[in-house]
Amino acid sequence: MSKIHVTTTVNGDEVEFLADPRETLLDCLRDKLGMTGSKEGCGTGDCGACSVTLDGTLVCSCLVLGVEADGKQVGTIEGVAEGGVLHPLQKKFIEHAALQCGFCTPGILVAAKALLEQNPNPTETEVRYWLAGNLCRCTGYDKIVRAVMDAAADLRGEAA
Amino acid sequence: MRYHSPSTFEDAARIAAAAQGVTRFLAGGTDVLVQLRSGHVLPDDLIDLKKIPGTYDIAQTEDGGWRIGIAVPGAALGAHAGLCKDWPGVVEGMELVGSTQVQGRATLAGNLCNGSPAADSVPGLVAAGATVEITGPEGTRSLPVAEVPVGPGKTALTAGEVISAIVLPPRGDKAGDAYLRFIPRTEMDIAVVGAAVSLRLDGDTIAEARVALGAVAPTVLLVAEAAEAIVGTTLDDSAMDALAAAASAACNPIDDKRGTAAFRIEVAGVMAKRAARIAYDRAKGASA
Amino acid sequence: MPKDELKELHLVGTRPDRPDGLDKVTGRARYGADISAPGMLWAAVVRSPHAHARILKIDSTKAEALDGVKAVVTRADFPTGLTGEDWNLQENTMAGEVALYDGHAVAAVAATSALIAQEAARLIEVDYEVLPHVTDVDDAIKPDAPAIRPGAADASVPEGMPPNVVRYIEFGHGDVAAGFDDADLVMEKSYKTEATHQGYIEPHACLGQLGEDGRGEMWVCTQGHWFIRRMCTAVLGIEAAQLRVTPSEIGGGFGGKTTIFMEPLSLALSRKAGGRPVKLVMSRSEVLRATGPTASASMDVKIGMKKDGSITAGRAEFRMQGGAFPDAPVDMALYCAFAGYKMPAVEHIGYDVLANRPKCAAYRAPGSPMGAFAVESLVDEMSRDLGLDPIDVRLKNAVVEGDRASYGPKFGSIGLVECLEAAKAHPNLQAPLGPNQGRGVACGYWFNHGGETSVSMAISEDGTAQVSIGTPDIGGLRASIALMTAETLGIPYEDVRVNVVETGALGVNEPTHGSRATFASGLGAVEAARQAIGEMCKRAANEWGIDAEAVEWVDGAAQPAGPNAGKFPPMTIAEIAGKMGSTGGPISGHHESVPEGVGASFGTHVVDVEVDPETGRTTILRYLVVQDAGRAIHPSYVEGQYQGGAAQGIGWALNEEYVYGEDGRLQNPIFLDYRVPVASDLPMIDTVIVEVPNPGHPYGVRGVGETGITPPLPAIANAIHAATGARMRHLPMTPAKVLAALKA
Repeated sequence: MSKIHVTTTVNGDEVEFLADPRETLLDCLRDKLGMTGSKEGCGTGDCGACSVTLDGTLVCSCLVLGVEADGKQVGTIEGVAEGGVLHPLQKKFIEHAALQCGFCTPGILVAAKALLEQNPNPTETEVRYWLAGNLCRCTGYDKIVRAVMDAAADLRGEAA
Repeated sequence: MRYHSPSTFEDAARIAAAAQGVTRFLAGGTDVLVQLRSGHVLPDDLIDLKKIPGTYDIAQTEDGGWRIGIAVPGAALGAHAGLCKDWPGVVEGMELVGSTQVQGRATLAGNLCNGSPAADSVPGLVAAGATVEITGPEGTRSLPVAEVPVGPGKTALTAGEVISAIVLPPRGDKAGDAYLRFIPRTEMDIAVVGAAVSLRLDGDTIAEARVALGAVAPTVLLVAEAAEAIVGTTLDDSAMDALAAAASAACNPIDDKRGTAAFRIEVAGVMAKRAARIAYDRAKGASA
Repeated sequence: MPKDELKELHLVGTRPDRPDGLDKVTGRARYGADISAPGMLWAAVVRSPHAHARILKIDSTKAEALDGVKAVVTRADFPTGLTGEDWNLQENTMAGEVALYDGHAVAAVAATSALIAQEAARLIEVDYEVLPHVTDVDDAIKPDAPAIRPGAADASVPEGMPPNVVRYIEFGHGDVAAGFDDADLVMEKSYKTEATHQGYIEPHACLGQLGEDGRGEMWVCTQGHWFIRRMCTAVLGIEAAQLRVTPSEIGGGFGGKTTIFMEPLSLALSRKAGGRPVKLVMSRSEVLRATGPTASASMDVKIGMKKDGSITAGRAEFRMQGGAFPDAPVDMALYCAFAGYKMPAVEHIGYDVLANRPKCAAYRAPGSPMGAFAVESLVDEMSRDLGLDPIDVRLKNAVVEGDRASYGPKFGSIGLVECLEAAKAHPNLQAPLGPNQGRGVACGYWFNHGGETSVSMAISEDGTAQVSIGTPDIGGLRASIALMTAETLGIPYEDVRVNVVETGALGVNEPTHGSRATFASGLGAVEAARQAIGEMCKRAANEWGIDAEAVEWVDGAAQPAGPNAGKFPPMTIAEIAGKMGSTGGPISGHHESVPEGVGASFGTHVVDVEVDPETGRTTILRYLVVQDAGRAIHPSYVEGQYQGGAAQGIGWALNEEYVYGEDGRLQNPIFLDYRVPVASDLPMIDTVIVEVPNPGHPYGVRGVGETGITPPLPAIANAIHAATGARMRHLPMTPAKVLAALKA
C-alpha cells in the first residue's frame, strides 16, 4: 500500500505525515501526531468523542480520511485552551463537575465551542440537540448542559 | 486501496469505469468510512469527488429551481436561506441525518446512493419531484430521484456512473413541503418511518400534492393514493383520515431490529398526516 | 460518627475543582488507547460469527505469511488444566473446542500496524461445525433446549433440572402461604427485561508486554488492576507478582471493566513475538458483541396486601441468563427485590441459566434493576387497585434500622423512610400533569461493598501530603479522597495529591466497584492520615519533651492538649515535616483492611412522562432522584452519580436492549442501534441528597454509585401506566410495544 504525503494545519501549526488512504483523520491525529486528546468511542460517527473542526466545520474525525485533511485547517481539543489559558467552557466544565470519567469531554468541548461560536445565546433545547451526537454515559447530561449554558453567559459577559 | 481525487466528473467516471475491483465514490464519507472501517466494504479504488470544482455550490437554475452540488453537506443546506425558503421539507430531511458532526459532512447524493430504504433525505426529494444529473462513460443523463433506488443498497446507476448534481424544480407560489420521521429517540436514529408531503394550494384547497414514504418498503414509495386523498380538500379531518389510511395501505414493511411491520404501517399514516399539516401551513405562509 | 461532630467539618461537603479536571478538559489525560511503546505491535482478534459452533480447524498460514505479522495465538498457546472461574475466564478470553456466542474470540494476531493486523485477522481461516443455539432466557431454560455446557451445573442444582440450569437458589422466611391467605388482595404477574450493556464510551484497551522469563507489564483501562493481574496471570499460568499492571484513566466502566476480556491476548501475543509490547484496542462492535453486558431476566412475582397497603407475603421466582457461563446475578436480584419492605413472609427462587450470549459482567447494581422492575411495578399496580397512594404504601411497609431484611440479616442505619419523605415533600410532586401525562414512583436498593483495601499516605518535606490509592478514579474519586485526607490532617484541599498507583506500589485492592471506592479507599486514607498524625504528635512531643499523649492535633498543627501539658506554640505540619529527616525519618501512614462497616443506600425516584397516543413514544418530562448518601463528601459528584444512574435506567427502560436474530447473531452491535440516551432525550435530572450517616465510616459515607440505576425501570413503567392505563411488563418499553399495548 503506498502512503500519501499529507500537509495540514492542526491548531495553527503546520504538520506533515504519511497516511495510508484507509486511515482516518482520527488515526492520523492520534497515532502519527501523538495528539491523543481526540478519542475513538465508536468509529461510526455515533458518539462524537472524536469531534474536531475541519476548516471551521464540526465533524467526526473518525469519518474523515487522513488524506482528506491535506491543505485544511484542523482544530482539536489540544487547541481549545490558548496559550495556557483555559477556554471558559473548560473552566465551567470543571466548576460544574460536568465530567465524570472524562472520556467524552474533549469531543463535547470541541462541539460546544463550535456551537457557541455560531450561537452565543443558545437555549437549553438548542444545546441538547446540538450535542445529541456526543454521547456521555456518566452524567445524564445535566451538568454538561448547565456548564455550556453558563460558559455561554460568561462569554457574553453576563454574570451566571 | 487506491485513493483518487479527480478534478472533473468525466475523469471520475473514467477512473470508475476502468477500475477492476470494488469501487466507491467519496463525498461526505459518512457511510463509506463506516463500511471501510468495519471491513464491510473494502474498496480497491476510492474516488474522492470533493476536489471537483462546483461540488460545494448551491445555485439557482434559470427556471427558478435549484442545483445542489454533490459535496454540499447538510449543515450548508440548512444555512442557505433561499433553499430553506423554497424547500424546507427537503432541507429538514437532510438535516435529520445523523448528528451535528455528521451534518458537517453528509450529503444528499451520498444519502441517496447509499441506497437505504430509510434514508431521511430521499422522501423529501421524491415528494419535491427532484432529479439527479448523472455523469457516466457515455455522457450525462438525468433521472428522477424516485427512480435512483432500486432495492436496499442498490441504485439504478451503472458501472462508472456518478451523480454530478441534485436538481430541484422551481417551487412556485402557495406551495409548501415537509418531512417527518419517527425514531425511538429524539436524535441519532435511523428512521423507523419517514413521510414527506409537498403540496400546492389554490385558495385554501390543495390543488396538487405528492406524498412519499421512507422505511416502509424496499425503496422509497411515492404514494399517489395518499396524494389523491388530500387533493381537492382543505385538509379537513376526513381528508386526513383518508391520507393516513392510504399511506398505511401503501406500506410493505418488514419486522427488523428498528421496528415491527405493524408499527410501521400504523405510524406511516400518523407521520403522513402530521407532515401534511406542516406542509399545508407552510403553503399558507407559515414560516418554516 | 455522631451528627454534631459532622457539623464541624470544613472541607467534607464542599465542592472544590477536581484535581484531575485540568488534564481531562485539555485532552492530556491518558486513557487505555492513549499510550504507545517503542517497538510496539498492534493486535486484532478473530471472532466467531456463529452463536454456537465447534471449531474444527484454524489455519493461519496466509496470515503468518503477510509482511509485518509477528505472532498468531489460539487457545493452543494457553496453559491447560484450569478449573472453576479461572477456566471460565480463559474460555471466555479465547474459545477452546467450541465457540459459545457470536463474537467469541478464536484467534488473535499481532503485526507492525493496525491495518496489517486487521488484514491478517481476515486471512485466518476457521472451519466451524455450526451447532444449535439458544439466546432467549425462556427458551434456554426449556428441557429440550440445546445443552450449551453439559456438566457446568453446580451442586445447588437438583436432579432433573433442564440442561442449561447451572445454579439454583432458594431462600426466604415465614409462612408464605399463610401470608397470602391473610391478604385482602393477592396478585401474581410475570415480567421480562432484556440484556443491556454498560455502554461506557471508552472501548477496552490495553498495552501488554510479556517476556520469555514470565515477567510482564500492562497498561490497561480497568476498574481494578489487581483483578486484571490475578485474572491475566491465572489464564496465562504465570505468577501474580511478575505482572505489573498500571491503570490508565478510565472512560467509564459501570461494572463492565471489573474483569478481563481480551487483556491476556496482548500478553500471549507479546510473549510469542519475542516480548515486543502489543497494543489491543476493541472496536465498538467488539465491545458490544464480546464484553460483558448484563443478564436478561424472566420473572414471576406474587404479593399479598391488606386493604391498608400492608404487605403480608411475597414470592419471587426469577430466571436469568448471563451468557454461556455461570454467574447471572439472579441471587443479587432476589436479595434486592423486596429489600425495601418489611416482609412477614417471603420466598425467593432463582435459576441461573446458560445461553449462547457473551459472559455477563457486573452492571451497576447487578440484578437489582430487574428485581425492582418486577416488584415495584406490582406494588404500584396493587396500590392503585386498592386506591392507595404509592408513596404511602411504601412508607407503610418501609424497612427501618433493626428490621430483618427480606434477604436475611438485620438492617443497620438506613435512610429509606427519609428518602420517601423527601420525595413526598418535593415540588415535582405538585407539578400539574396534562393529557397523556403520568407520574410514576419507585424505590431501589443496593449494598455497599467493603473489599480488600490498601492505602498509603506520605507527608512531604513541605507539609503537603500524597495519598496512594488502588481504586481507579472514574468520577471524581481523587477529589473525594483529597477532601477526606485534608479534612483529617487539617490542611488545605490543594495540599493533598491523590495518586492512583500501580499494582507494584500497594497491597491488593479490589476494584472501583460495589459502590466502594469513596467508602473503602476513603476510610483507608483517613486511617492512614490518623496514623501519620499520631507520628507527628510524637515528633512534636519529643521536641517539647512531653508525653505524646499530651499532644493533640488541631487545624493542621500539633499543640499541647491542655494547660497541664506545657505551654508551647502550635507546631504546624510544615514545621514538623521540614525537619522529619532529623527527627526520625519519613512520616507516613498506611491502612490495610476489608472494611466491614458498610452502609447500604436506598433511593426513591419520581418521574413524569408523556406518551404520544398515536406513536407510543414516551418523553421524560421531569425526573427526580432522592437517595441516601450517608454523607456527601463532594456533593457535585454524588449528584452526578444519581443523575448518571437515572439516565442509564431510563435508557434500559425505554430503548436499550440486545437484539439477537434467528441466527443467534447480535443485530445491533453499534451505537446507532444500541440506543443509549442522547442529550436531547432527557430533561434536567433533579436530585435530593438525603444524609443518614453511616456509622461504619469516619465521615458517614455510604456507597452511592449503583442504587440510582434501579428505580427508573419500574418508575417509568408506573408513569406510563398512569399516563395511558397500559401496564408494561416487558422491557424495553419501546414505542412499538407501548403502541401495541394502547391498541390492545
